[in-house]
Amino acid sequence: MEISVTVNGVKHTAEVEGRTLLVHFVREQLGMTGTNIGCDTSSCGACSVHLDGEAVKSCTILAVQADGTEITTIEGMAGADGTLHPMQQAFMENHGLQCGYCTPGMVMAATSLLKENPNPTEEDVRLGLEGNLCRCTGYHNIVQSVLAAAKA
Amino acid sequence: MIPAAFDYARASSAEEAIALIGQYGDEAKFLAGGHSLLPLMKLRLAQPTVLVDIGRVPDLSYIREEGDQIAIGALTRHMDVETSPLLHQHVPLLAHAAGHVGDPQVRHRGTIGGSIAHADPASDLPATTLALGATYVAKGPNGTREIAAADFYHGFLTSALEADEMLVEIRVPKMNGAGWSFQKFNRRAQDWAIVGVAAWRRNGDAGVALVNMGSVPILATDVASAASSRIGSAIRRVTNWLDTSLAAAQADPQPDLNASADYRVHLAKVLTRRALEAASA
Amino acid sequence: MTTIETTHTTNGVIGQRLLRKEDPALLTGEARYTNDLQIPGALHLAVLRSPYAHAKILRVDLSRALEMPGVRAAYSGADLADLWAAPMPCAWPVTDDMKNPVHYPLATSTACYVGDGVACVLAETDAIARDALEAIEVDYEPLRAVVGLEDALSDEVVIHPDLGTNKSYTWNLLVEETEGAVEAAFASATYTVAERYVQQRLLPMAMETRAVAAVPQPFGGDITLYSSTQVPHILKVMTAITLGIPEHQVRVVAPAVGGGFGSKLNVYAEELLCVALSRKIGLPVRWNEERSENSMATIHGRGQIQNIELAADAEGKLTAVRVRLLADMGAYLQLVTPGIPILGAFLYAGVYHIPKAYDFSCTAAFTNLTPTDAYRGAGRPEATYAIERAMDALAREVGVDPLEIRRRNFIPTEAYPYEAFSGLTYDSGDHDLAATKAAEMIDYDGLRARQAEVNVPGSTKRLGIGVSTYFEMCGLAPSRVLASLNYGAGGWEAATVRVLPTNKVQVVTGTSPHGQGHETSWSMIVADKLGVDPADVHVLHSDTAISPLGLDTYGSRSLPVGGVAVAMACDKVIDKAKQIAAHQLEAAVEDLTFEDGSFSVQGSPDRALPLAAIAFAAFTAHNLPDGLEPNLEAQVSYDPPNFSWPFGTHMCAVEVDLETGKVDLITYVAVDDCGVQINPLIVDGQVHGGVVQGIAQALYEEAVYDVDGNLTTSTLAEYLVPAASDVPSIITGHTVTPSPTNQLGVKGVGEAGTIGAAPAVINAVVDALKEFGVTDVPMPASPLTVWNTLNNARANHSSGGTS
Repeated sequence: MEISVTVNGVKHTAEVEGRTLLVHFVREQLGMTGTNIGCDTSSCGACSVHLDGEAVKSCTILAVQADGTEITTIEGMAGADGTLHPMQQAFMENHGLQCGYCTPGMVMAATSLLKENPNPTEEDVRLGLEGNLCRCTGYHNIVQSVLAAAKA
Repeated sequence: MIPAAFDYARASSAEEAIALIGQYGDEAKFLAGGHSLLPLMKLRLAQPTVLVDIGRVPDLSYIREEGDQIAIGALTRHMDVETSPLLHQHVPLLAHAAGHVGDPQVRHRGTIGGSIAHADPASDLPATTLALGATYVAKGPNGTREIAAADFYHGFLTSALEADEMLVEIRVPKMNGAGWSFQKFNRRAQDWAIVGVAAWRRNGDAGVALVNMGSVPILATDVASAASSRIGSAIRRVTNWLDTSLAAAQADPQPDLNASADYRVHLAKVLTRRALEAASA
Repeated sequence: MTTIETTHTTNGVIGQRLLRKEDPALLTGEARYTNDLQIPGALHLAVLRSPYAHAKILRVDLSRALEMPGVRAAYSGADLADLWAAPMPCAWPVTDDMKNPVHYPLATSTACYVGDGVACVLAETDAIARDALEAIEVDYEPLRAVVGLEDALSDEVVIHPDLGTNKSYTWNLLVEETEGAVEAAFASATYTVAERYVQQRLLPMAMETRAVAAVPQPFGGDITLYSSTQVPHILKVMTAITLGIPEHQVRVVAPAVGGGFGSKLNVYAEELLCVALSRKIGLPVRWNEERSENSMATIHGRGQIQNIELAADAEGKLTAVRVRLLADMGAYLQLVTPGIPILGAFLYAGVYHIPKAYDFSCTAAFTNLTPTDAYRGAGRPEATYAIERAMDALAREVGVDPLEIRRRNFIPTEAYPYEAFSGLTYDSGDHDLAATKAAEMIDYDGLRARQAEVNVPGSTKRLGIGVSTYFEMCGLAPSRVLASLNYGAGGWEAATVRVLPTNKVQVVTGTSPHGQGHETSWSMIVADKLGVDPADVHVLHSDTAISPLGLDTYGSRSLPVGGVAVAMACDKVIDKAKQIAAHQLEAAVEDLTFEDGSFSVQGSPDRALPLAAIAFAAFTAHNLPDGLEPNLEAQVSYDPPNFSWPFGTHMCAVEVDLETGKVDLITYVAVDDCGVQINPLIVDGQVHGGVVQGIAQALYEEAVYDVDGNLTTSTLAEYLVPAASDVPSIITGHTVTPSPTNQLGVKGVGEAGTIGAAPAVINAVVDALKEFGVTDVPMPASPLTVWNTLNNARANHSSGGTS
């Protein structure tokens, strides 16, 4: 069926199969490959994007379910002039990433977290990121990044 | 990762959804938030031929006060349950338990109705609403009917809902200041409970229900009389009940990767005691 | 041992916490992982995998799959037999009589583990390819699966009948001053301990699953293989050999790679399938691994049963070590499968002085499970776990504190460089310093006092404190030593440093980073050496067409081998530039000094030429010394004289809930010494991540199989990789003991955290439960396992038995 989705401010109208997942739609049909896939059980959060301003796992949403919504992916976070989003900047300054594969999902989850809780404690951040797995950083610097972004 | 192909139909009203599901029959499934169904479909453990998307049915996402109860629309998301001031005031146990479902991304999509209709004994909200004495409202081709939570759960992933019925509302009695506790025991925060206990207690009344202790969420009976007694004897009564119900095979804990059946029983007792102590504090 | 003076440079870049230049691309989604590559016309490969751990393949019927719209081809293993010039490679035949079953990318007659490929499909989309797998019919004759090591060694069921046995090899390392020294030491020991530990199988779980794309040039014969690999250079050689393609026609590119941890240090069936099939049909072929597929088709780690015995004198000083190891190879030998346990063979005496009385033997066996291979630490975490757990057991025997037993046995600092019992030379170390620092940071004495206060009857919690000290033994290298271990490759690394005409610097490295930040660290080394801005250095890597020489990234080798090669190439560039400068300044080469990026004549500082001027002069070639080639570039292939030996002490405290068995890790301190740190920001990150992987082994993760050989933890919902909510902050500290074997004074650090962590955590858990007579808690110390352990210990206690 045909769907219209606004992704990073641009409206896209496209034909999708019922079974097409939002993450496949964004990656394969729109060619925005910044959103990664890390599992098949909605466990890892690598595919997190914002749907109408809130972090969701784009591997667990059908593209047809996203019809008419506004999606923000990692490609939509930095400014048009290339200025990093404060969360991206905080991840860079605090070495909150290594291989970078979980990073887009982490950044999307973390910005959503701060929107709901602008002044989190370390425990709030750790619990708030319970749905995102990282194999490189041991999370220490990710947590520091989010706390730094909250203060920025 | 890629579900098997299916036909997709979007319902614009509850009536249309019910008509569609009636039309397609057994192979069709309702799709709300999709956070119970889609993970199964991605592993091809579920292969429905038709999905009837009820996610856009209007007026099924609300939390409102109705006399002694709070009425919650079936499409209300976990995050909205978790953060509802009305629930924090009147049914804090439910708001708190909703904050333990999955992770924030899941709670942004998953719905209370979807979770209850899926009838997974390992889920947090079926047991919590059961402990609270909730009533579920189902809508079918012949109108709506109310089902007590205690009568709803028939077996693993099966409920009192008919194939062409749709859960539309959850009604939860106000807790009227009762003490409460939700004990979720798991290894990682994002996981399902290995065992969970939802409990509330106030003078003369109490409710306890267990997560993941059998094929259905389990309501402790005989707790109301325990509620008026001292905490120590209340705990003894509930753990006695647990032994009895195990013997009667009402609770039928299964072994899995994280727990033996014995360990589950042990955990249920420990967590029940902790929950009642916390609810009585 | 050759000792090289650390070159102290004046530019001060080394040691700064410089932000990573890799990050902007990774943070914005601009980085391209293999599966992100847009490859027009590519067909999608999907592999049908055996649902049986052990079964004869009687019939493969592809006809229904081939009829499906969008399916271009489908093959059984037998259909592709002609494509392979050689079997799947194993590069580490550890003994001359090692048994190595011949296997190919798809099984032909027998499937030997759940996940073994038996057929494949090429289709226009991934979805169609996956759908088509369901239409392939395979008739299997299930055979009994060999799941356990003891079962394997019984040979009741022989997995590879042509080998006649499930035993792959027995490898011995017996070092005795005089014959019978080990026996004698045990006979005369005041204290002995004998412990048995199980290293559970682990799934590496790099967040990016594997992905492959092969793009042929049908009319030229060249082929480009894109793969999410740690080892593009090794993969190039092995692809050429196994497929019979001239090596110069193979180009391997590792695009952005989302973590490896050893699991991408391999040559996999799907890489060879994509290349072979793309050549067969003349179109690009790509494959992307799903997570539950990754759990079965990508190598596993660990999988060992360890028996360790220690002999000690009256003071608790070690007099002998004996180890009997059983190692699970899985169904086949992958690239370095058999060598993994052997990498730990030298480390079962830990950081302790022992006489020449060491008896190590490893027997390796085949099972009907996924092959094992390198996983972060690869043999060394296992060895360290065994000795560090056994040292706690010895402390209990002797009746001293775990920290004290270690202090009594540390190799003394003044003994460095230290020739170990094995003949290996340990480069530098100060174990007491690291232990003292860790103890201060965690307030060890305070914790012990608090433990005495809070661990009292009536409390339902117990506080436990754990210590581990370790060596990392890293930087796979030197080639001569590797030769003595029958390793099928060298240990050198290559680097080219090229000063461009505008004084920007291009570095070509043979290392292949996938999260380690080589672009940043190598830039810092170059900046420090050449006096340029790190931002003006660009590091090229992971493409064999750009970087034809190299041995890739694994075993914490990149910095002590590859990074040192970069520094050495800088020296050669400086030497060459100095000749040009001397020529133009009309001075003798030996009268020139190079400082802050400028050459000047000693005593006449106004006679100077900056590197920028030399770079341009080398480009114009207008005025160069006679015979000097007009470029400013140098290449180095460096084979180090020794392994590097990072070390450290980890300490942690846990709180165990006696009622539920849940272990709460409340504080963790890691003091690591990796010599000189190029970028402490990156070093800390490596330690954090490594430690959490070690904690994960200790508390969370296990690849669990049922009796039929089915993996019951194949998804991230069942295999418990911990999240931020499940682990504590990691408090890092460092001591700096430069390595004397390289000019930077550096050692590796990639695996240190993982090596130190698991024994520290389990020692803490056992410490918490010691009053109940608990002496061992198997990994992972899940709530269920701790509860069972406590129940058993209490039952033994109350029946008067000993545990």
